[in-house]
Amino acid sequence: MSAQRDDKDVDKSANERADESADEGIVLTDAQKRARRSRSIALALALAALVVLFYVVTLVKGPAMLVRPL
Amino acid sequence: MALINGGADLRGPLTADRALASGAQSALIQPSLASGGDYLALLKPRVMSLVIFTALVGMAVAPGHVHPVIGFTAILCIAVGAGAAGALNMWYEADIDAKMIRTMKRPIPSGRVPRDEALAFGLTLAVGSVVTLGLMVNLLSAALLAFTIFFYAVVYTIWLKRFTPQNIVIGGAAGAFPPMIGWAAVTGDLSLEPLILFLIIFFWTPPHFWALALYRADDYARAGVPMLPVVAGEREARRQILLYTLVLVPLGLAPWALGYAGVVYGAVAAITGAAMLLIAWQIYRERSPADAACRKMFAFSILYLFLLFAVLLVERGWGGLLPWAAT
Repeated sequence: MSAQRDDKDVDKSANERADESADEGIVLTDAQKRARRSRSIALALALAALVVLFYVVTLVKGPAMLVRPL
Repeated sequence: MALINGGADLRGPLTADRALASGAQSALIQPSLASGGDYLALLKPRVMSLVIFTALVGMAVAPGHVHPVIGFTAILCIAVGAGAAGALNMWYEADIDAKMIRTMKRPIPSGRVPRDEALAFGLTLAVGSVVTLGLMVNLLSAALLAFTIFFYAVVYTIWLKRFTPQNIVIGGAAGAFPPMIGWAAVTGDLSLEPLILFLIIFFWTPPHFWALALYRADDYARAGVPMLPVVAGEREARRQILLYTLVLVPLGLAPWALGYAGVVYGAVAAITGAAMLLIAWQIYRERSPADAACRKMFAFSILYLFLLFAVLLVERGWGGLLPWAAT
């Protein structure tokens, strides 16, 4: 009986540790945060450039935007 | 992105049990360290710069006029398409890159970018660049760009590179297409002149890369890549370099001989072509290890191609500004 209770205690404490880990989530290191920020900035710049490009090309081509002869 | 691993979506409350059950422990311990620069490196910026340059020359020598914004869009799409092909190449060749000194620090073998992300990145850019070129410039240039990406990523990278010593001969076509795409972006069709530009790059590729392969033969052998010097021996590779250079030099003179370029181009092509022949002869005559002459050929061949296309650009593209360069 005593041994079974000990096992339950061990299991319980393992689950508690997992729950605590879940509460904390993933903690990024400074290097990982810097890398994520770098990726985010690159993605934002690329998307902004695409928006500007499509806008300017549409202005330049006007109605001819839909004319694409081979 | 780093939380999705092996098809297991780990978003939401995270427990140790879920993490272990998904087999994604390593992804949890090591979130991505890839920076924006690593994704830029996947695009092979140095190769991309050559593609941009040759495509620009193709556009500049083409008859007719293109709006600067449309011209910029075409060059941008060609550059991104070339980068996409480079990313797909690195995705497939990660195992080879890890074995070669020259490439082992690339983003995938160094562990900074996962292979799956490189594949998704390459495919996204490939589709995006082709569709944008088709929508904003014309369909012929978009079709040529799509074929170029397919040729480099599938025909060269997946099929030829690991199976035949003629890999860079046939695969070299992929690097030769950009001037044709640039020409097609302006004119909407093709003719003999862009074909000559294509042939110059096509026949330039074997001497350039076999010279590199000669002094990096051990590297290629270790990686199991059947480059000509590894498979057929150094002697045969040196002979082939000379033969391809003998074809390349007249082709370099062809734009002048056919009246597409002026006397300045003709003089530059003749002088640099003679230097190419001299170096190719030195490689042919040099006994193993053919190191010094090969390094010279690798470096000078880049200068040779750059000079030919730069003079064409000045003469045909900007010739009106330079009276002495008028054709």
